[in-house]
Amino acid sequence: MSIRRNPVLRESSHLLIPAILLFALYVQFHGDYGPGGGFQAGVIFASAIILYALLHGTRRAEKIIPLKLARTFAALGILIYSFTGILGIILGGNFLNYNVLAHDPIHGQHWGILLIELGVGITVGSVIISIFYAFAKFKK
Amino acid sequence: MIDYLINHYNYWVSILLMMAGLYIVIDHTNLIKKLIGLNIFQTSVFILFISMGKVDGGTAPILEQGYSSFSNPLPHVLILTAIVVSVATTAVGLALVVNINRCFQSIDEQEIEKIELEEE
Amino acid sequence: MLAITAIAIIAMRNILSVVMLGGIYSLISATLFVVLDAVDVAFTEAAVGAGISTVLFLSALAITGKHQALTRKNHIAPLFVVLVTGAGLIYSTSDMPAFGDPQAPIHTHVAPRYIEQSGQEIGIPNIVTSVLASYRSFDTLGEVVVVFTALIAVLLLLGINRGSRRDDL
Repeated sequence: MSIRRNPVLRESSHLLIPAILLFALYVQFHGDYGPGGGFQAGVIFASAIILYALLHGTRRAEKIIPLKLARTFAALGILIYSFTGILGIILGGNFLNYNVLAHDPIHGQHWGILLIELGVGITVGSVIISIFYAFAKFKK
Repeated sequence: MIDYLINHYNYWVSILLMMAGLYIVIDHTNLIKKLIGLNIFQTSVFILFISMGKVDGGTAPILEQGYSSFSNPLPHVLILTAIVVSVATTAVGLALVVNINRCFQSIDEQEIEKIELEEE
Repeated sequence: MLAITAIAIIAMRNILSVVMLGGIYSLISATLFVVLDAVDVAFTEAAVGAGISTVLFLSALAITGKHQALTRKNHIAPLFVVLVTGAGLIYSTSDMPAFGDPQAPIHTHVAPRYIEQSGQEIGIPNIVTSVLASYRSFDTLGEVVVVFTALIAVLLLLGINRGSRRDDL
């Protein structure tokens, strides 16, 4: 694989990957105010990991985020999502009704949307990372 | 007539792309190229939805002082999720292609048919 | 532009350049979405279509080998089917509202409520996010579960966990 020996790509990836990860977090938590949200943030986060895996090999990337961890997080995201919904029931509302999550409806909505976007972001990001691993590790 | 053609040009674009995608899916025998055709087909549907949500003089649906006319946010939401689902389904399709390649050593429809006929 | 890229994809014989053109095609459609005011969608399309899909297609190609011949059967029958479909679609546009018409049915039912009320009810500026995560959160839950199911399907098909169990195929 000559792409892994290319010094320009390797060095620029060291500069780019932290920026991409930071940008993913920004998109995740700024989705209420500008374009963005869990779906986009998950994909951007995954693309940073994929970039690392392409340049340094899947084995080294798996030391950072193993396939097992990614799989667990994919399930965890959905659990965060549905527990937010169930929390609404426990606090006296309907499933996925956020008005009851805080002392007044607007704050409740903020909390609900934040948690749900987090769940979406975690699931989408780890699903895409694991799908990439699955293809990269496949042997004929 | 000319007016009609110009007012509906978003439909012409998406119909043209849809025809291109459909043609690739039917005509080409390479399975990966078929998946790309499906992706083009999907994008044409996305463009159809998004262009229907556009309002003349409207802006992006983000509430801000000084703007009162917005494009319709509903198709944006539907297509946003559809895009992410489409990449997941594409991955499933590619996994199937990879498995077919493992069985037949080929991802060409006609070659696979030939191999199957020989086995019978 | 989009149409040119799509036609180039039809004509192209080398599967690798077809995949790369697919990425370019996604990027162009993302810019089109920005023009059509759908910034969230454009963002997603640029990240997913141009980035992740292309990488997935390339890794699948790396497994199957890129030197597959692109043979074609006769063109007449597919072309006929496509033209008939296109004619039907063009005929059906005669009932559709004009581009950008504010009085179109799509703008008169649910959307005005989202645009007028979401500021007070949800309290966040981005209407797309408030519809996605609050008004239609059941939909979104379904979508997330679909993405998760796709992961399970891919892992099953590619047999990644095979080493961990004794009774593998």
